[in-house]
Amino acid sequence: MSAQHTHNAHGHDDHHGHHDDGPHSTFSGYMAGFVLSIILTAIPFWLVMAKVIADRNTAVLVLGGFAVIQILVHMVFFLHMNGKVEGGWTLLSTIFTVVFVAIAIAGTLWVMFHMNTNMMPEHPQATAAAQHGPGAAHNTAP
Amino acid sequence: MSDIRLPAGAAAGALAQREYHLAHEPHPENGTALGFWLYLMSDCLIFAALFATYGVLGRSYAAGPTGAQLFDLPLVALNTAFLLLSSITFGFAMLEKQKQNVKTTLAWLAVTGVLGLCFLGLELYEFSHLIQQGAGPQRSAFLSAFFTLVGTHGLHVTFGLIWLVVLMVQIGKHGLIPANTRRLMCLSMFWHFLDVVWIGVFTFVYLMGVL
Amino acid sequence: MSLPMTSETLSTSHWALGRLSWDTVPMAHEPIVLWTFIAVVLGGIVVMAGITKFRLWGTLWRDWICSIDHKKIGIMYMILGLVMLLRGFADAVMMRLQQAMAFGDNLGYLPPHHYDQIFTAHGVIMIFFVAMPLVTGLMNYLVPLQIGARDVSFPFLNNFSFWMTTAGAVLVMVSLFLGEFSTSGWLALSNLGAQSPSTGLDYYIWALQIAGVGTTLSGINLIVTIIKMRAPGMSLMKMPVFTWTALCTNALIVASFPVLTAALVLMSLDRYVGTNFFTNELGGNPMLYVNLIWIWGHPEVYILILPCFGIFSEVVATFCKKRLFGYTSMVYATVVITILSYLVWLHHFFTMGSGASVNTFFGITTMIISIPTGAKIFNWLFTMYKGRIRFELPMMWTVAFMITFAIGGMTGVLLAVPPADFVLHNSLFLIAHFHNVIIGGVLFGLFAGINYWYPKAFGYKLDRTWGLRSFWLWVVGFWVAFGPLYVLGLMGVTRRANHFEDQSLQIWFQIAAFGAFLIALGIACFLIQIVVSYLKREQLRDWTGDPWDARTLEWATSSPPPDYNFAFTPVVHEIDAWWDMKKHGYQRPHTGFAPIHMPANTGSGAVISALSLVFGFALIWHMWLLAGVSFAALLLAAIVHTFNYQRDFYIPASEVISTEEARTLQLARHV
Repeated sequence: MSAQHTHNAHGHDDHHGHHDDGPHSTFSGYMAGFVLSIILTAIPFWLVMAKVIADRNTAVLVLGGFAVIQILVHMVFFLHMNGKVEGGWTLLSTIFTVVFVAIAIAGTLWVMFHMNTNMMPEHPQATAAAQHGPGAAHNTAP
Repeated sequence: MSDIRLPAGAAAGALAQREYHLAHEPHPENGTALGFWLYLMSDCLIFAALFATYGVLGRSYAAGPTGAQLFDLPLVALNTAFLLLSSITFGFAMLEKQKQNVKTTLAWLAVTGVLGLCFLGLELYEFSHLIQQGAGPQRSAFLSAFFTLVGTHGLHVTFGLIWLVVLMVQIGKHGLIPANTRRLMCLSMFWHFLDVVWIGVFTFVYLMGVL
Repeated sequence: MSLPMTSETLSTSHWALGRLSWDTVPMAHEPIVLWTFIAVVLGGIVVMAGITKFRLWGTLWRDWICSIDHKKIGIMYMILGLVMLLRGFADAVMMRLQQAMAFGDNLGYLPPHHYDQIFTAHGVIMIFFVAMPLVTGLMNYLVPLQIGARDVSFPFLNNFSFWMTTAGAVLVMVSLFLGEFSTSGWLALSNLGAQSPSTGLDYYIWALQIAGVGTTLSGINLIVTIIKMRAPGMSLMKMPVFTWTALCTNALIVASFPVLTAALVLMSLDRYVGTNFFTNELGGNPMLYVNLIWIWGHPEVYILILPCFGIFSEVVATFCKKRLFGYTSMVYATVVITILSYLVWLHHFFTMGSGASVNTFFGITTMIISIPTGAKIFNWLFTMYKGRIRFELPMMWTVAFMITFAIGGMTGVLLAVPPADFVLHNSLFLIAHFHNVIIGGVLFGLFAGINYWYPKAFGYKLDRTWGLRSFWLWVVGFWVAFGPLYVLGLMGVTRRANHFEDQSLQIWFQIAAFGAFLIALGIACFLIQIVVSYLKREQLRDWTGDPWDARTLEWATSSPPPDYNFAFTPVVHEIDAWWDMKKHGYQRPHTGFAPIHMPANTGSGAVISALSLVFGFALIWHMWLLAGVSFAALLLAAIVHTFNYQRDFYIPASEVISTEEARTLQLARHV
């Protein structure tokens, strides 16, 4: 039950015998990741600073999408994430973590939204507009 | 897995002829990279909790300043550039490491360090500016969450820089021996991971905070 | 709440001593604490004198404190857990006594402020410093042996993890004599953020943060060990079930402890910096703390129980002389439990007000998670069916577990129904439920494991007579102590109360107190069992390394195993590798021994942990200068450690040869 050694047939002579330092990096790999990252960063900044998208919810989704894609770019090009490194265990643990992160964040937001709706005391709604989502009627049960 | 000796006096019969031990010293694969990756996953979860907190409290302005009023996007863009650049320069250091070139490896690491310091310096400037305006972490839950999330990231960068310096000294002393290349690998993962977290930060905190 | 017993004058902070002062030493006002302190000091002097007299300081430092051997570290974890069990149980006895007597005009002997610290300490100690170390200790000791490895992947980290856990325990113990402990319950739910400026909550925070670092690192360590260091031929589906449960447990540790870290950081920021995460004003939200802490809290209880499920699997297979029924389904059940444990956390606060849809979702997931556990119980029963059962102590504990835990689990499913929980939340019914599953599941499992693996670790079995006495006293005592609590809970009695008005309830509390007394006798018998076994060790000696005729690889070694575990790494072909080897008449090789590569001992772990302890203490007492200095020293010590590249050595072949020859002789003489 061993991980496959990732010995690509890439240009450079690899140094020692069996000891692998992990996935092999290449200049082109880094540059591709770098350029993609620049694009994927510049566009969101431009979208917000130039107020390109009018609808807030759409903007949130678009920005989120760009973030996810750039994170994937970083994972693949900089962190060399793939199903072969370390026998697939890094990919597996990443998937696990992503699942747990999603549960923790989504769960917290869902739970806390309901808590706030049900439990927060009535007060003059100065910042009511700031509350996202359809948090309409506030009925408190002390 | 050849080179296994049959046990002396193995039981006769059709069941025998199975090797039950290795004659030579086992060489289990080094677990450092995987172990460090798992540590990064646990770090992910700390940030997840902080992001969740920011998600819940991020609009609790307590009648104080909001993100739209406070955030200086060009400054954030500059900081993002510093961090992204430092990721690529670290990548160059790794390429030089693959060529076993100590001097150039150290040179690129130094550049990375400088860029990291620029990032930190700019962030500290931003924080002190906010605090001066009365928008410190005590002002509201939103600001508490902001300072903690962004500050924790900055703290990680700080420790990364300390580690960078120590590792540069160690590479200078011992060269690119396997122990040091393993450590470089780990620091590389750490550094790129910090950039990944920053993507989350600038998107969900700064960009969306301004919307 | 009543007035605190100790006076907390926090006006001006001393430049070096922070808020530490003679006022904060409670011994002057509280006789119980005073006498405890005297006992501890005297006990400490006796122990130190003993070590000095027998000239054991050198051995202690070199062979134990600096040891990176997983076996020694495992044993030290067990010792820590058992010592803290005594402290945690003392808290329990005090509570039972108070609740048995404090009715109407009788206020008992524990005023609320003291009582609150006791139930808080009881919970914190039992979970973090008894159950976790014991479970971690067993995993540490056994996993490398079960997978045919020489040690864990990161031996230094292992040592460091242990000392960090110990540092946390020390902080909790120090709180007994300096300042006071938290009064907010084991999860600090009722006392958030800036409230209560006393040291209690700070002791709590730093003890848990320091121990938490150790636990998280230990989690990473064991996962990598299991993934990377298995003997050739041992695929994942050929691992012993205990190793599988260890893998899942450690995955849970790595996936959940960071959330605890974050939640405690946020709380400490509220306390130290004045942020507004969990405050009642300026936008804070205390419910967020409850949410975050239980996202950690629920996986935590599965961290405690999963290894014990693994223990039962090993014990049942061995003592029924049958391969475990349904290995594959056991593995899947474990993995499913691991994932599902992340989806149920809200059932701890159904009543906080999240509403029907949220409560329903989590109620359903909570009920679903009982299914894989049920599958496991059936697998154990099917293993027992038509097996040749030997009722040795481990097996007895297992049977007691199956009955006790099943009942406790059922009360859990009852509580999973939100409307029922609205009645029973924070009542004694809840207390009875979780003690039912933790004692019936975790503790009984640990006793089974201790009795089962003790001969492996120390070379002789535990005395059966005293073990039986301990067993019966524990099992009967548990039901006598907690059965009444189910009744009281259904009648509406709330938890954490130190005094009651309704005299009709008293009889139940008195019965419960008697149960606690029986358990105390059970613990005493356990301690006597250890002493008697040591005195009778030659009669109880295990010469073969396999006293139970067991099935997994750890039994292939001598008892205790040599430092290097296996002279030759085993090659695995089937599940129950050792049973397979025995069936095929495998003979240990007598020649061909080579020098063995081993990791070297180091003191860095103990040093860094000690500095962490100082750092935590300094922060608790607002001794900012000391905090800064100790933190810098901590960092420096860690950096200095990384400059040490010489971390291994070779056991010479001659030593291996002589060790193995001695074993060959032993086997020949005693089979």
